[in-house]
Amino acid sequence: MDYFTEVRWSPYVVGIGIGVLSWFTFYFSKKPIACSTTFARASGIAERLLRGPQVEQRPYYQKIKLSWGWQGMLVTGIVLGALFSALLSGDFRWQWVPDLWATTFGSSPLLRILVALLGGIILGFGARWSDGCTSGHGISGTLQLAVSSWVSVVCFFVGGVLAAQIIFRVIA
Amino acid sequence: MMTKKTQTSVSTLGTGLLFGIVFGFLLQKGGATKYDVIIAQLLLSDFTVLKIMLSAVVTGMIGIHALKAMGWIELSIKSGSLGKNIVGGLIFGVGFAVLGYCPGTIAGAVGNGYLDAIVGGLVGIVIGSGLFAALYPKLKSGILAKGDFGELTFPKLFKVNDWLVVIPAVAVIVLLLVWLESKGL
Repeated sequence: MDYFTEVRWSPYVVGIGIGVLSWFTFYFSKKPIACSTTFARASGIAERLLRGPQVEQRPYYQKIKLSWGWQGMLVTGIVLGALFSALLSGDFRWQWVPDLWATTFGSSPLLRILVALLGGIILGFGARWSDGCTSGHGISGTLQLAVSSWVSVVCFFVGGVLAAQIIFRVIA
Repeated sequence: MMTKKTQTSVSTLGTGLLFGIVFGFLLQKGGATKYDVIIAQLLLSDFTVLKIMLSAVVTGMIGIHALKAMGWIELSIKSGSLGKNIVGGLIFGVGFAVLGYCPGTIAGAVGNGYLDAIVGGLVGIVIGSGLFAALYPKLKSGILAKGDFGELTFPKLFKVNDWLVVIPAVAVIVLLLVWLESKGL
């Protein structure tokens, strides 16, 4: 049981675990592990609360269907699983500004929140544009040898590495 | 009929939640719910994220193709195009570096107590997704359709048996991981 209270596991143990989990999701749920469509559904559901049922007529929401569903529960489960793991190991803490950000750009929560908001907007927009994220394309699509997913994940890292260099080596 | 349908959907939602809990637990134990770990990967100073992803891909790839060969599962391939996957992928990458989480790991970051994820990133992803949904009718037949290649896989592209791609792909990924370890990365 001590193993479950450790703060970090080997990345290979974690990765093999996620790979085995993908066998289970394919076999029992007939679905690959994926997360980002849930955020588009959340956006549509929030807009529907504000503006009424005509929001469902948007072509994109006709395509993805505005119901929380299996994937929404998967994302909900991620929150709970991470919380459980962090509580078990004593790694849970409320934190406004990540350490690496604080040592580079200072400990102001406002700046970090605004940049996280901007990053989230770009990320959410890009995830819909490429039709997947680091889980849907990066793990589930690549393991099925999908061309769309290999092209996407290479571009995720090309864009990410270049932007990180600019943020931490040019702007900072 | 109604009862049966409700029961099916409850079990669907329940398994989704259960698989999500396992996924979130693993992501947190791997450190992937942390901004510092993700940014260190993008700065190429710590390869934890890539090690997790590649070992998941190798494990998953072997198992999924074995299950497929036994006729127990069907693949679920996303159709693609150059305009969709290259342009969208690069935009996603920039967001990945600015935010420091991705859609799956931000859910884990929420569970870890990280308030920049809850108050900033999560709200941003929902707004960005909504912006795309609003623009979708304009993009659909334009850039998203450029260089369309459909639901293509590498075995289909090369017109070979699945295992003739799986085995070399696994070998290359394992060698890459061994090389990373030998460099102390």
